[in-house]
Amino acid sequence: MVKGYEVVIGLETHAELSTDSKIYCSCPNRFGLEVNSQVCPVCMGMPGTLPTLNEKVVDYAIKMGHALNCTINPVCKQDRKNYFYPDLPKAYQISQADVPLCENGYVDILVDGQTRRIGITRIHIEEDAGKLLHSDKFNGASLVDLNRCGVPLIEIVSEPDLKSSAEAKIYLETLKSILKYLDICDCKMQEGSIRCDVNVSVHKPGEPLGTRTEMKNVNSFSAAVRGIDYEINRQIELLEAGGTVTQETRRWDDVKGVSTSMRSKEDAQDYRYFPEPDLLTIVVEPERIAALKEQIPELPNAKLMRYVKEYGITLKEATFVSESVELAALFDECTQKGSGAPKSYISWIVGDLVKYLNDTGKSIADTAITADKLIELVKVIDDKTISNAGGKKVFAVLLEEDKPIKDIISQLGLSQVSDAAVLEKIADEVLAANEKSVTDYKNGKTNALGYLVGQCMKASKGKANPGMMRDIITKKLS
Amino acid sequence: MAIYEKSAAELSAMLDKKEISSAELTKEIFSRINAVEDKVCAYVTLDEENALAQAAEIDRRRAAGEKLSPIAGLPIGIKDNISTKGLRTTCSSRMLENYVPPFDASVMTKLRGAGAVITGKLNMDEFAMGSSTETSYFKKTRNPFDTERIPGGSSGGSAAAVAACEAVMALGSDTGGSIRQPASYCGTVGLKPTYGAVSRYGLVAFASSLDQIGPIARTVEDAAMLLSVICGHDKMDATSAYREYPDFAAQLNGNVSGLKIGIPDEYFGEGIDDEVRDAVMNAAAELEKNGAVLKRISLPSTDYALSSYYIISSAEASSNLARFDGVKYGYRAEEYDGLVDMYEKTRSQGFGAEVKRRIMLGTFVLSSGFFDAYYKKAKLLQRRISAEFTEAFKDVDVIAAPTVPSTAFKIGENMDDPLKMYATDICTVTVNIAGLPAISVPCARKSSQLPIGLQLIGGRFAEQTLLNTAYAYEKIIGGYCLPEL
Repeated sequence: MVKGYEVVIGLETHAELSTDSKIYCSCPNRFGLEVNSQVCPVCMGMPGTLPTLNEKVVDYAIKMGHALNCTINPVCKQDRKNYFYPDLPKAYQISQADVPLCENGYVDILVDGQTRRIGITRIHIEEDAGKLLHSDKFNGASLVDLNRCGVPLIEIVSEPDLKSSAEAKIYLETLKSILKYLDICDCKMQEGSIRCDVNVSVHKPGEPLGTRTEMKNVNSFSAAVRGIDYEINRQIELLEAGGTVTQETRRWDDVKGVSTSMRSKEDAQDYRYFPEPDLLTIVVEPERIAALKEQIPELPNAKLMRYVKEYGITLKEATFVSESVELAALFDECTQKGSGAPKSYISWIVGDLVKYLNDTGKSIADTAITADKLIELVKVIDDKTISNAGGKKVFAVLLEEDKPIKDIISQLGLSQVSDAAVLEKIADEVLAANEKSVTDYKNGKTNALGYLVGQCMKASKGKANPGMMRDIITKKLS
Repeated sequence: MAIYEKSAAELSAMLDKKEISSAELTKEIFSRINAVEDKVCAYVTLDEENALAQAAEIDRRRAAGEKLSPIAGLPIGIKDNISTKGLRTTCSSRMLENYVPPFDASVMTKLRGAGAVITGKLNMDEFAMGSSTETSYFKKTRNPFDTERIPGGSSGGSAAAVAACEAVMALGSDTGGSIRQPASYCGTVGLKPTYGAVSRYGLVAFASSLDQIGPIARTVEDAAMLLSVICGHDKMDATSAYREYPDFAAQLNGNVSGLKIGIPDEYFGEGIDDEVRDAVMNAAAELEKNGAVLKRISLPSTDYALSSYYIISSAEASSNLARFDGVKYGYRAEEYDGLVDMYEKTRSQGFGAEVKRRIMLGTFVLSSGFFDAYYKKAKLLQRRISAEFTEAFKDVDVIAAPTVPSTAFKIGENMDDPLKMYATDICTVTVNIAGLPAISVPCARKSSQLPIGLQLIGGRFAEQTLLNTAYAYEKIIGGYCLPEL
């Protein structure tokens, strides 16, 4: 609810698929290369050329369909969407109109600790367009780079189930993590791998849905949040002032933070969709659909919910680990095989391990950290063989060298002293040597306790079990 | 008989026996072109220099003892909507007046691979839209049998060049009759293959679901020879059929004994000239005398074919021709104010009236609110027409019909009446709608001495049956004869 209005949001998300070649020709599908260098007569739309479908695109889209619990249509077709624009060399985009590859799915997202199920209307495949280049150097002309023409896209259309910009953002982040998990999209926002169009309407509770507007040119998740909030406020202000919302397409300007009208419903483009006669009907055998389904791992949104709900891990840590295939695999193995607390495993993972990986640019496989090692490490800390501080030293070694943990402990002399008799002896010596601190403590200066425990740790060369040491000192001083 | 008059099969044998070189033959054809092209106006672009170089190369390979294709060294003309690398491909449109393709159409790759000598690019109706080659931006091609008359279209340049012996054979394209109709008007053999038999890659699309490239030749055997070269699966064309094809020419025999020929009522009724009807019926009777069995059949949905054809072909054309927008290649208006104005001026100036008419028609039938009433209904009719043919071919092997309702009309006669012009396609469009193969072969002349075509329609991939039947008939009546020019 915003200012007494309910908000209804639906998103159309475009994701570029990371296939090796483009959707309708054999040009490489690569970003950031010299303008008009990744092109051929087919993707440049030269007269007489014909498209041929890259079947990998169908596989990738079906995977996403499975991940979003969609029905996969075993028979579907491709259609032409006709419009003129200089970045579209054929003057039509090959897309899918009435029969998409995947439809009627859903995705569960985690909002404020609660699962929200967002409907997925459809997922279809289509080709990307080129890019116009504008510069003062072009003497008033615009140039066009066709490298992106024919880059495969899936368009994921949600039901109008989202209720706030925050939910929209979580939904988008969930889609992103799934795309990444399936390894079908680079998810590089700055390269435009994921873009979305936003549909927003507002209405008073109990009243019928309001008129919706569509907003284009939303190129990042944070822009989506800003754009949605802007649009919600704009519509509410209009309605509060006694006006009406008109159905229209608006363009979001993220720099200025405003949206402006592109065209009204009356001026809506008629794309004159019709079946693409140059391509055959797409027929996907049930075996292929089933085989692709088997390739779908547990997805990050499911992991996230499991981590938070079953393990009581913080949302931040759970999100971080669930979104990384590598980290999640390590964590899952630890929780399955080990008997330590999931929280212990995850704090090593999001702490020392991630810091090291980020600092060095290495992957987990480059280190000696395995689930078995991490389980053993947590175990020797839990049973007080070594201290937490000692554990960090062991971990640091394991990042660089593959050695048995017990060897590292003995080499570094990290075995923790938990023998009460030994600790009592240390305590007696330290108390005898620090009469002033003992007096201070007894006069109420409680921070003297910390000093005395510290002296004991020093005397034990750090091997004393710090918890036990503290208990013993406290007892002796009372 | 002059060298240029000889059939491809005869010339192929002469080349093989080294009785003539390809260079000599090519020079002979170009001297024929020089002699008659002013009267016929078949070519948009001639490529003599490269043709002679190709001929010399084939002669060298033949001298070296290489095993060559039967068409190696034969001068062949190409309709100007088939992409030829390095040789401009205009579609007879101002829009592509200076467009030089950076790649070869798949049929060109096959022709070049077989050692064909490419004479040049042949005139056509602009973007293959028309039935008389009068919509060409460049010139009006004339019928070699009466230069006051049209050669038919849209492959008018191809049919006229072959009839006038300005090429030994030619490639045309057929979307609604564009090979068969001009072949009929010009007294030549034209074959429209089954949809999917010949790759469309590199054929500048008019109506993607109907277009097919096919041969135009002076004899059935020649057409069979050229067809064998261009048929075959192509991974660049998703609609190309995955199958093997026979050596059509080698399999030819004139035996029609027991062949069941269907005579569809709907193709002999109103609108068909008496003399055309008589000529085609006589042709059928000749085949009957030679052992074929005639059978009256009915294809009741034929009446709807023309409307569905013009809806489907125009719908696809409106989309296919949208790429000619002045942005990347081809014509761009010289003066304009902004992008939309550039589009409008470029397309208004670059396209001729007939092309614009089809684009508007196609845009209309695809528009929201009209799609179901036109395009969808036309596709339903297409299915019905197809089904009727499938049913008919359960009882007959071949269907015989006129190719065109009348003989070639005078230049300018139908230009102001598009509907009358469209009606000339009445006998040919059904075949494209149903994706079937059909051949037009010269039959008897009517009194005016203008050629008349017998059209034979076959089931899917029944090209060999069509060629055999046409071959048998050609043997009976003699086939092609040289026009006086």
